[in-house]
Amino acid sequence: MSVQKLPMNRMISEKTTKYFMRTWQLYGMLLLPIAFFIIFRYLPMTNIVMAFKNYNMFKGVWESEWAGFVWFNKAFTSKDFWNAFRNTLVLNALDLVIGFPMPILMALLLNELIFRRFKRVTQTIAYLPHFLSWIIITGIAFQILAPRSGIVNIALTRMGFDAIEFLSDPKLWIMTYVMLGLWKEVGWNAIIYLAAITGINPELYESAEIDGAGRFRKIWHVTLPGIRNTIVVLLILSVGRIVGIEFDRPFTLQNTAVMEVADVISTYVYRVGIKGLQFSLTAAVGLFQSVINVIFLLIANELAKRTGEHGIW
Amino acid sequence: MVNNTIKQIPVDVNINPENILKVKRKRKKAGLVDWLIVAVCVVLILIYILPFMNIIARSLSSPNALVNNKVLLWPVDLTFDSYVFVFSDANFNRSLYFTAVLTVICTIVSLFMTTLCAFPLTFKNLKGKNIINIFIIITMYFNAGTIPNYLLMKQLNLLDNPLVLILPNCLSVFNMIILRSFFWNIPDSLRESAELDGAGPMTILLRIYIPLSSSVIATLALFYAVGRWNGFSDALMYITNTKYQPIQLKLYQIINNRSSIEVATQEGFSSPAISEGLKAASVMFATVPILVVYPWLQRYFISGITIGAIKE
Repeated sequence: MSVQKLPMNRMISEKTTKYFMRTWQLYGMLLLPIAFFIIFRYLPMTNIVMAFKNYNMFKGVWESEWAGFVWFNKAFTSKDFWNAFRNTLVLNALDLVIGFPMPILMALLLNELIFRRFKRVTQTIAYLPHFLSWIIITGIAFQILAPRSGIVNIALTRMGFDAIEFLSDPKLWIMTYVMLGLWKEVGWNAIIYLAAITGINPELYESAEIDGAGRFRKIWHVTLPGIRNTIVVLLILSVGRIVGIEFDRPFTLQNTAVMEVADVISTYVYRVGIKGLQFSLTAAVGLFQSVINVIFLLIANELAKRTGEHGIW
Repeated sequence: MVNNTIKQIPVDVNINPENILKVKRKRKKAGLVDWLIVAVCVVLILIYILPFMNIIARSLSSPNALVNNKVLLWPVDLTFDSYVFVFSDANFNRSLYFTAVLTVICTIVSLFMTTLCAFPLTFKNLKGKNIINIFIIITMYFNAGTIPNYLLMKQLNLLDNPLVLILPNCLSVFNMIILRSFFWNIPDSLRESAELDGAGPMTILLRIYIPLSSSVIATLALFYAVGRWNGFSDALMYITNTKYQPIQLKLYQIINNRSSIEVATQEGFSSPAISEGLKAASVMFATVPILVVYPWLQRYFISGITIGAIKE
């Protein structure tokens, strides 16, 4: 044993002990959150192997035999899967085309309101549906859009029009789906643009006024360029989300008459996997979707960062 | 900026900086376009309010009026029967009570976990902080997926256990980041002086950080509570026992005629029934709690979003 090593060691360990004495409580606090992330976020990832195995309920995830890419082949040759995949893309694309510009228009509209109290009332009302669950929204929609007894169709028939099958005609179902999404989220999604508009330098408006710009020219030449970055970033991020789809909205709105256009990946996985017990097949479908989704998200986030604004994180 | 504003204002008003806002508003006279914009907004408001009026009217109308399509925006043959029936239905009532308790527990657990996670990560020289950060952020991008999650709940024996509605989502990374950003804005000097007085991290958290951020913690509590109250898919997938059905699952079944409300008939028997009025009343039961907390929610969520948008 050398003589010199000892004090060095002691010095380091003393420093470490001191650091630990100061911070052990902090690490202690992190124990539970880290355990949470390991158990409920990382541990389930190990179950992804199901996609490559023949799931046997009695043997469990680990003892089941390997199956290679059988389930992927099965999914890719299944009509139902492609149907769900196509519907996911179609519904998301329509949401994007209609649901993306409307919040911008809404923000511009609210910004042009000069009566402040009225503006606040409008905002309060328009933000509310964001906080209601899709079950409630569906419950309301089923009642007001019902073919005979719904208020919309009562009004239409009283005015001499034909009743409209909002929920059982496939094409109209798609429209209803998109419109309800718009109704629920347009106000909420406008908030971020409103925030961006308040960040525009008022001098720009003043100099535009001096140059004789009217209301629309000011919107076109000052407001819109002022929120252009926000628009671009949000657009890129929403395109990145095109493969992912929520569950509650399509699930609660769909019915047997429209499954052909309403079944999406999330509901397909639930129906075939959890209800139909085909865990391996749907795990493969889920993995396929997540992989594409993550790639899209990462690309979108990177692009958003490059525009000069920050991405999600 | 202030100077520029002043230059353009007609000189007939005495200007001091506090008056500028008033003056500006006075200067703008409402023109035709302004009234057009108001008209558009009124239409928008109607699009939002009419459906609710219709649902309320339906929930307060007699079954007869409903069957004959008489109910539009105002109750016909005003009656509170639907509410009485729904509220006296044992299953529905239990579901309401269960969800209320669940929401309270879930909110407390989530706030506890969120604080535990956010606070240590505000210490700039905590060793391993960056690794922990990455470890957490990864979970925002990569989710195992429906089936692997379901299998995990099965492996943990959590299926049909009320804990499955609490634990898997008791910590939201997004909310944690909001809280952490708020903690970051608390001046370091406060913490340092407390440290000099010999206070440990626990004391600093309880005595300084939590009291100073009570408003943001209240906001997060509301977010968690609303999230749990509205939660549906986890219950749908993990819960089959009717004892543990949250209100949204119950409501889903009622809307889709898969569950009924016990209705007392004249002979004193009760029979299962499901009518449009009962559906409307059920929807209202799930909506009202959100309406009750909405004023507070609204006061805070905009600031919450703004904090969340702050770049790290």
